[in-house]
Amino acid sequence: MAEKVLMRNFDRNDSHTLAGYRATGGYSAWDTARGIEPAGITEIVKKSNLRGLGGAGFPTGTKWSFIPKNHTGPVYLVINADEGEPGTFKDRYLLERDPHSLIEGMLIAARAIRSAVGFVYIRGEYVQPWRRFSAAVKEAYDAGLLGKGFDIVVHRGAGAYICGEETGLLSSLEGKKGWPKIKPPFPAIKGAFGAPTIVNNVETICCVPPIIARGAEWFAGLGTKTQGGTRMYSVSGRVKKPAVYEESVSITLRQLIERAGGVSGSGRLKAVVPGGGSAAILTATEIDVPMDVDGLKTVGSMIGSAGVIVMDESVSIPEALLVLARFYAHESCGQCTPCRESTGWIYKMVHRIVDGHGKKDDLDTILDVAKRGGGTTICAFYDGAIGPYISYIEKFRSEFEALCR
Amino acid sequence: MTGGATGASNRPPADRAGLAGPAPTGAPSFSPEQLAEVRRLQGLYPDKRGALLPVLHMAQETFGWISLPTEEYVAGLFELSPAHVHEVVTFYTLFFQQPKGRHVVAVCHNLSCYLAGSRELLEHVKAQLGVEAGETTPDGRITLQSVECLCACEAAPMAQVDDRYELNLTPEKMDRILERLR
Repeated sequence: MAEKVLMRNFDRNDSHTLAGYRATGGYSAWDTARGIEPAGITEIVKKSNLRGLGGAGFPTGTKWSFIPKNHTGPVYLVINADEGEPGTFKDRYLLERDPHSLIEGMLIAARAIRSAVGFVYIRGEYVQPWRRFSAAVKEAYDAGLLGKGFDIVVHRGAGAYICGEETGLLSSLEGKKGWPKIKPPFPAIKGAFGAPTIVNNVETICCVPPIIARGAEWFAGLGTKTQGGTRMYSVSGRVKKPAVYEESVSITLRQLIERAGGVSGSGRLKAVVPGGGSAAILTATEIDVPMDVDGLKTVGSMIGSAGVIVMDESVSIPEALLVLARFYAHESCGQCTPCRESTGWIYKMVHRIVDGHGKKDDLDTILDVAKRGGGTTICAFYDGAIGPYISYIEKFRSEFEALCR
Repeated sequence: MTGGATGASNRPPADRAGLAGPAPTGAPSFSPEQLAEVRRLQGLYPDKRGALLPVLHMAQETFGWISLPTEEYVAGLFELSPAHVHEVVTFYTLFFQQPKGRHVVAVCHNLSCYLAGSRELLEHVKAQLGVEAGETTPDGRITLQSVECLCACEAAPMAQVDDRYELNLTPEKMDRILERLR
């Protein structure tokens, strides 16, 4: 069991309050950071090997360094708390149980990128997390931590998975429907309201105070060569103890499943989704893989948001794909034709197969449509959808064929 | 109106979006205190349009749902075209374009909940309430929804009941929750 960095305060009853946070040394990292030049903070975060924990795994310090050096206008820090990836629930815990660690991380990040305003975009369904975080922001204002050079605006979304995509989120924050934007320009050059903007995930920013407090080398040493730290793995599905587990990013998937009590249901593992619904599925023979950004790439999947969904032998893979295909058809924002059309048609085809009316050709048609669309759209949503389409069918083809005429 | 030639002469003209439900009585309007809150929210963003989602949340809490007159009213507060507000309202699942029940029960049907029996749970709720997902009970008590991942997969199957997440549901537990909704 790894040392708890992100979940260090979760066991306290008052972990969501300023008093509780202060009692465990809260805001001392901010005191330290105030004595460090902005570029120095970015250097520390670079050295820590912190990588984005929302899905893409991009090196955080490097992202911060993309803000134009000579820019004189406003710069915005935007926190992506639009948690929505199937199988992921870590940010909900952080918002509810340690909101001040996010505020402290934002203060430090804002200093690094010279931002005076931060927006926290919380998914609309997260009413309790929104109330908790808003209460913490009020406490921080009352204590003079906010409002002196840095302000936080808490923004509620209104129900749309696509707003977890950073440019879709920015469109939504600007009061528009959440349509992603073409990159470049990247948000660091032209983001929220046209200004340079850094979009970071909740968990990513919550790593920043411990990095400042305890040093980049310490944080880097917790992980692998290319990714520092621990992270919060959301483990659900057919395991005996579904929960969020904080572990080193070097843990293997097999170890993580054991940590969650092992496989429930039949007790025999069939498949695992390692990084949220959009990650390619892994078979029972592919789980000796380290759960860091680069480790999952070696088996053709991705760590994504680290939402681990376990399936035992009794689970029907075609039915599991049907659930996800419905999700992608529902959540496609409709902007790009390949995504809008393919997600809808593939859902119908998988539905037909599961209902017993599929033809053998359908499987190749789905694979063909899925593969053709990859890389043709404005955002990564459709690339995320084809991960499951292709991997579920290719790795469990006989199960699909058994349902087809 | 196209008149009797369509065979629908007794029906009122279809509204622009083809939405169902009665029109609200009187034009919607916020109280002076709410209008001050609208201005405060607009001031938080570099462009006041950023406050559109928060103000639409306010409008829904105040008027119950977002009717076309409400869209026009909100558009006026932002100096936006009503078409823009309509485009936003229709994009997001949490905005209701027709009257909703006094309570909303949203059963998650995504993967982890599916693996924990959400399909059977939803069938149970449908039978108890006598409505399909997307419908409201005739007495206006409950709107039932079947929704995508609410990100509480560690406690599957689960549902959102108004503002609350109800976790680790069984049909029996769900029955007790439904009974409390008046």
